[in-house]
Parts: sequence; structure tokens; C-alpha cells
Amino acid sequence: MSTTTTERAAAGTADYLDQRTGLGKAVKEFARKTFPDHWSFLLGEIALYSLIVLILSGFFLTMFFVPSMTLVTHDGPPATMDGVLMSEAFSSTLRTSFEVRGGLLMRQIHHWAALLFMASIVTHMMRVFFTGAFRKPRELNWLVGTTLLILGLAAGFTGYSLPDDVLSGNGLRITDGVIKSIPIIGSYLSYFVFGGEFPGEDIIPRLFTLHIFVVPGLILALVGVHLFMLVLHKHTQYPGGGRKDTNVVGFPLFPVYTAKAGGFFFIVFGVIALMGATMAINNVWNYGPFDPSPVSAGAQPDWYMLFLEGSLRLMPGQGTEWVIGGYTLSLNILVPAVIVPGILFTFLFVYPFVEAAVTKDKREHHVLDRPRNVPVRTALGVAFLTAFIILALAGSNDLIATHFSLSINAITWAFRILIFVGPWFAFWVTKRICLGLQRKDRELVLHGHETGRIVRFANGEYIEVHRPLDDQERWLRVNYDAHRPLEVEPATDSRGVRRKGYKQDRRMARLSRFFYEDRVEPVTPAELEAAHSHGAHDEIGAAAGREEIGSGSTH
Amino acid sequence: MSENQHSTDVTSADQNTFADPGIPEHQHRRGDVDAAASKRAERQVVVLFAISVIGTIASLVAYFAFRPDGTTSGTRLSTLTLGLGMAFALLGIGLAAVHWAKAIMNDTEVSEERHQLSSPDDVREAAVASLKAGVDDSGIARRGMLKGAALSALALFPLTIAVPLVSSVGGDWNVSKLRHTRWEKGMRLATDPTGRPIKASDVTIGSVFHVIPDVSEKERSSGEWLSEKAKAVVLLIRLDPRDLHEADDRKGWSYDGIVAYSKICTHVGCPVALYEQQTHHLLCPCHQSTFDVADGAKVVFGPAHRPLPQLPITVDDDGYLVAQSDFHEPVGPSYWERLK
Ligand code: HEM
Ligand code: FES
Repeated sequence: MSTTTTERAAAGTADYLDQRTGLGKAVKEFARKTFPDHWSFLLGEIALYSLIVLILSGFFLTMFFVPSMTLVTHDGPPATMDGVLMSEAFSSTLRTSFEVRGGLLMRQIHHWAALLFMASIVTHMMRVFFTGAFRKPRELNWLVGTTLLILGLAAGFTGYSLPDDVLSGNGLRITDGVIKSIPIIGSYLSYFVFGGEFPGEDIIPRLFTLHIFVVPGLILALVGVHLFMLVLHKHTQYPGGGRKDTNVVGFPLFPVYTAKAGGFFFIVFGVIALMGATMAINNVWNYGPFDPSPVSAGAQPDWYMLFLEGSLRLMPGQGTEWVIGGYTLSLNILVPAVIVPGILFTFLFVYPFVEAAVTKDKREHHVLDRPRNVPVRTALGVAFLTAFIILALAGSNDLIATHFSLSINAITWAFRILIFVGPWFAFWVTKRICLGLQRKDRELVLHGHETGRIVRFANGEYIEVHRPLDDQERWLRVNYDAHRPLEVEPATDSRGVRRKGYKQDRRMARLSRFFYEDRVEPVTPAELEAAHSHGAHDEIGAAAGREEIGSGSTH
Repeated sequence: MSENQHSTDVTSADQNTFADPGIPEHQHRRGDVDAAASKRAERQVVVLFAISVIGTIASLVAYFAFRPDGTTSGTRLSTLTLGLGMAFALLGIGLAAVHWAKAIMNDTEVSEERHQLSSPDDVREAAVASLKAGVDDSGIARRGMLKGAALSALALFPLTIAVPLVSSVGGDWNVSKLRHTRWEKGMRLATDPTGRPIKASDVTIGSVFHVIPDVSEKERSSGEWLSEKAKAVVLLIRLDPRDLHEADDRKGWSYDGIVAYSKICTHVGCPVALYEQQTHHLLCPCHQSTFDVADGAKVVFGPAHRPLPQLPITVDDDGYLVAQSDFHEPVGPSYWERLK
């Protein structure tokens, strides 16, 4: 009986809402929408959920944080800070930590959530990059995502600076130095940011507005766009039987995906709470309030800022500050702090468009690539990560030096060389590995699994029995496109007139050759047929396959 | 919607590509075929939700049991217990929901058609026609004046916000302040942070003093002080005069082997704080620029380009170290018009 009453009540509410909003259409459309399942699709979800945790814990902190640089004498715990002259921002951070119940927990949850937020954005981007999920029609969403990465850096940096402690104050000071190095307007820009000379009395309130209003507002707006496009495009799916560019295979949004995603939010929140409870982070009372004089060695920014720190550390100062007509151009700062990140982010922003251009690819893609099947993309991605990691390690060169008792100068020199050699080497190795894996796939498709079973023929020959792949296994390994380099049309048309755009085409073709010159074609049914007809042990088939492999680079 | 086709022929008609074998056969879970397993999964979900409730209760108990007492360890204990309760409350819910979805809810994959994203041609044509009709209605194409006026008005109005903002956002915009510090002729060198003036006789060979200008206690607790201090901090070091190489035009800037250099790194402005007695090297902890104090604080390693500016010093009648003048160049990081 009771079910019918609840059912009737639900129906009544639904009817009320539908008459006023037309909700029924949306529910019909979305309730059973299909979501593919894969662990790597959770990375983006972690980013979303840690953002929610950031907003919840951040709201808690705003109740107690005082964004002011007015100097006060701190009155209260901890004992080491009692009676010390400090800004209200620092004093209120101490009060949040020691006098607000759960205040330190919320600070630590907020900080760990920020680190997890950035880590999940970066790994989510890696998933999207290496599987080619940025291809048409998702290029715009890749741009939105890359912008979110930058906004995440901004959110983290502005938040990190708020407590006004010695460490974050030095971070601001470095920022001031970088701003001042900008040609022509540098010193004015520094005044613009700090409201006068560094540090002034405005920067903390300004950062506060950015941190709790402007940056989160932009992030939320773009997350909205990001998810809207996700629904519009529907999710990509990994290759496999029945997965096509024209369908989406998975579980219905309601109830399976809702339960999994909703549950996963609580798991992410729970893990962050566990970190906040058990792992101390940013104990600002040990550093003390900002003062432009003291500084400690071995101080590290949060991990997502390390690459900039490392970039600044690696640049040699000798001969890199130029005076031109009496004006000072600080290349020793501009190159590492502006040009290097500029190159990194430009790569991220333009890559999907470059790849589409060298592939002359105008189709929609909803089935993901296996990374090995696009060797140059995968290798470029790994080279990029290698550069990022080398810079981040260089940002900890002093810790590496003390930890391994090495000379800091030697380490710096090693990194100066590595930053050029490392990415190149990573590219080369990754490309080789991808091509190797593709060849191995071919072998498998042509000859099946080794079974370890040896059979002796009547004529005395021994062979190992190979078990052919089943349909699903084979399909996974043969269902991909091995793109070919673009051909250039002749420089002159049929009447011998020079064609406009020929140079551009040739440049594109050269780039295209870089991408697709070395490639491994998928096995065709005819090849498989041939391999089978050559008997069970197939050396001949393998050789034929090899020949096929080399053929790409010969024109 | 859902179709589980299993084709047996390996190749498609044209023989150039293999045929898609279709969605793999659905594997049944234990719970789908065994009622007892299904019941067990249900009980596990209930237990997980119960753990969540216990976590919440534990967190409330911790709230009353562990009051932070102002000590670090007391605060840590309160943080730990509150946080663990919270973590269990959340993880219980999360794991229960996911287990429910995985073990009990239907796990048959379904396939849904994708639809072409781009609009059909007739829709596109209709869209273009609507826009064109709108443009025609507005008459903007024919009335150039109107277009110009509208664009000018829109482009100009942000000035009403930008001008007042820009006029004040940079304080007084007087960037020439970057050239000067609080040091002046006769100002005593005092220790940081106590503000005690320093006698030359207090400075033994090899010792290092962190120095600020000797200003009143009141100035040191004023709002502007940090900005002044950020430029004025100095490192005072006494070397054996035989180790000291001084440029000819700076011969009179030191006193009996005592030299004073700006503590603000010429790279991007960190305080240069680590002094190594044997080598006379000063190391900036931020990016490891290394300066040679015995040789005009020239850069010997790292990303900084210029030596640290030197503060000319001497002693007054009472034997206290004093500045001869302000620095002769702007301290800290380089900027465009630094030398102008
Ligand atoms: C959008 C992503 C965000 C990131 C990456 C982020 C990151 C950070 C970080 C790293 C800190 C330093 C924490 C510490 O150790 O003290 C911080 C502080 C702070 N954040 Fe956030 N935050 C974000 C969003 C928010 C939001 C939405 C709010 C407010 C609604 C907020 C409010 C605060 C406050 C008040 C502080 C200073 C608290 C203190 O230090 O006591 N944050 N943030
Ligand atoms: S600020 Fe001193 S080395 Fe960068």
C-alpha cells in the first residue's frame, strides 16, 4: 500500500514540475544516456570532485580568514607566535588552525584537495592526449581543458600566498622580480599588481578576491562548458568489439553511472579527508609571518609550480642580461619565466590542430586510439612530460644535492644538459617502443598465442602449436588506421603556372612525413589467409609482414 | 537499443578489412545466478552504510573528547580524530554506493546510436536566412554611420571604469622609488630584527650580520616598513683585509675589511642568506645564484647576472658603523629603465 502512496506523491511532484518546466523531455533524454566505463575516465571525475571539496572547505575557511595586511600583535597560540607582530592575514590563519574547531583539518583538506585537483587535471589531460580524445569533434573541449589547467595554477598560486607567511611571501617576491623583468612596462606592472612597491599593503586583499571569486568563478563557468560539451559529444570509448564511431557502448546514466559517480565523489572526498586528518601540510606557524629578510634553504613551492622554479634555476645568468640603448633586457628571467612556459602551453593549445592538419583528417572520432598505434603523438607526449619532469626536478636541485651529497653546481649543469637531451631521447625511445608493440600485435594476429605445446610431425620436424586469436582479441589489434604522409601536389599546374600555397603544402607534407613516415600497417584478412595457408609455424608469414612494415618509408 | 550480435565470419564483404565481432558476450556475475551471493552483496552494502554512520558518530564524539588546548600536539589530536571520523563517514557512503552499482545493479552493456553533430543542411540554410533577415531588419549593412556610432560607444564606455581604476590601482605610480632605499649619509647599521646599532669592534673576522637601517621602533611597526625593509636589508661581513679585492672606485666603501652588500638578490629578489666562510661565497637559496663577497659580490654561478649592490660604510665618532650614502644603484631585480 505504502509504495502506491509514494508513487502517487512522486507522480504528483513530477507532474507539477513538468507542467512548469517541461522537465519530462530532459529526463527522457538523459536518464538512460549511455556512459562507457574505464578506470582512466575517473581521472576527470577526480578533478571535478576535488574542485567541489575545494569549494566546500574554502567556504569554511572564508568564515575565519581575514584578508588584511594590517600589522597586529598576535595574541594566542601557538606559544612561539604569541606577542609577535604580524599581518592580520597570518594571525587569522593561526587562529583558524589553533582556535577554530576543525580549522586545521579544513586547512589541510583544502591544501591536499588543491594538490589532488592539479594532479588529476594533469593525468586527465595525459589520458586525453595519449588516446587521441582531443580529435574532432572535441578540439574545443581540449582548449577549454587547457585553459582550466592554467586557471588551476592561478587558483593554487593565489591561495598558497594568502596566509602571508615567509615561504609564500618569498614566492610573491619572485613573482615581483619576474614581473619587473618584462620589457618597458615591468616596473609599472609591478606597481599595478602590488598597489605600489613590493610588498605594499594591498596584495593579500587583492589575491583574496582573485582566489575566492574571480578564479573559482571562471573555473566553474568553464567546467560548465566542459561538461556541457561532454554531454553534447557523448563520451569517447576504448576500441573493442561493437565500439564504433557511430555508437556509444556502456551503462545507463541512471542508475548505474549515477551510483558509481556519486559514490566515487564520496570516495574522493573521503580520501582527501583521510589525507587532511593524517598528513600535516603547510604548518605556517613554523615559518613565521612574512618578513623580507629571513629565508630558509630547501623551501619548495607546491609541486605544480616546481617546473617554473626549475626553469628559473637552470638559466645561466652569464651574458643573458642585455643593456640596449641604456635599457635593461633581462633574458635570464624572461626566457625561463615567460618563454619556456609559453612554449609548453603553446604546444598544448595547438597540438590537436597540427595533428589534424598533417593527417588531413576531417572525420569525427569517438573510438579512442591505443597509444602505440600513433607512435609519434605518443612519443611527443612523453617528450613533453619528460621536459616537465626535468624542470620540476631541477626545481628541487638543492634537495637532490643535499640528499645525495652532490655538488649543486654539478647537478645544475647535469639538468642544463638533460633539458635538451632528455626530451629528445624520450621521443626516440617511445617511438621505437610503440612501433615494436605494433609489430608484436601483427605477429600475434598472424600466428596466434604461443601455447608451449610442442608437436612432432611424421617427418621428424618439431613445431610449437599456436592458438589463433579469438575474434575480440584480433579485432582490437587490427582495427586502426595507419595514416600515410600527405602527398604534395606539383608546384605548377597543368599549364605550368606556379601554384599558390605550394610552399605551405610542402612544409605541411614535411611535417606529415615526420608524423607518419614510420608506420606499421594493420594485418589484412588476405595476409592472415596467407599466413594460415603457409602452415602452422609461419616463418614465411612473419617475413612477409616485415616487408610490408618497411614499405612505408620508401617513397 | 542493445544488440549482442556475434558474427562468425572474420572478414567483411570486401576482404580488405576484418569484420567487427560485435559487443563481447555478457559475462554473468556470481550474484546474477546465485541468490545467496546476491543477498551477501546486499548485506555488504548495508554494512558499509553502517560504517559511515559510525564514522559520523565517532567524529562527534571526538569533537567533545578532544578539545584543542592551544598546543600543537593537542591541535593535531583534535584534527586527527575529527578527520578520521569524517573520512569513515564519507568512505562508507562512497564504497557502499559503488559496491551497490557494481554487484547488484544490472551490468549489461547497452549501445546507443550517436547522431551527427552538425545540423542538417536545411537547418543551416534556415539559420543563415534568419540571421540575414535580422541583419536586413536592423539596416546595419546600409547605414554605415549607425554601425560606426554603435561600435564607438561600445568601445569607449569601458573607459569610465578603467580610467579611475588604473589611476589608483598602482598606488602613486611613482616607480622612481625603486631607485632609493631608506639608507642615507650617517644612518647607523642596526641588527635585524632587534634594531641594535652595530659597533665596528663587534664584527669579528668571518662573522655575518643581518642588518637594517637604525630607524625608530615606531617606524618599524608601521605599515610601510615592510616595503622599506624589502629594499634596505643588508648583509655585513668582515673579511681578512688581505682577502678583499676592491675595485679602485670602491676603495673607500669598506671599513677595515668590513663590507656591506644588499641582501636582495639581483636575480628575482630573494634574500641572499647563506654565507660560506671558506670560499667567501654568498648563496641565494631560491635559485642558487652564488656571489663572491671577496670580489665585489660578483656572480660566480647561477641565474643572476649582476653583482649585489654595495652599501658604502664607515664609522661615526662613537665607533658605530654608518652608511656613507644610499646605494649607488637600484637594489634587487633588474627592470627596463633601471639604468636611466
Ligand atoms: C579552485 C581551486 C582552488 C585551489 C586550487 C585552492 C588552493 C588553495 C591553497 C593551496 C591554499 C593555501 C592553503 C593553506 O595551506 O593555508 C588556499 C587557501 C585558501 N583558500 Fe583556496 N583554493 C581553491 C578554491 C577556493 C575557494 C572556492 C575558496 C572560497 C570559497 C577558497 C578559499 C580559501 C581561503 C579563505 C584560503 C586561506 C585559508 C588559510 O590559509 O587559512 N579557495 N587555497
Ligand atoms: S632570487 Fe636569488 S637566485 Fe633567484
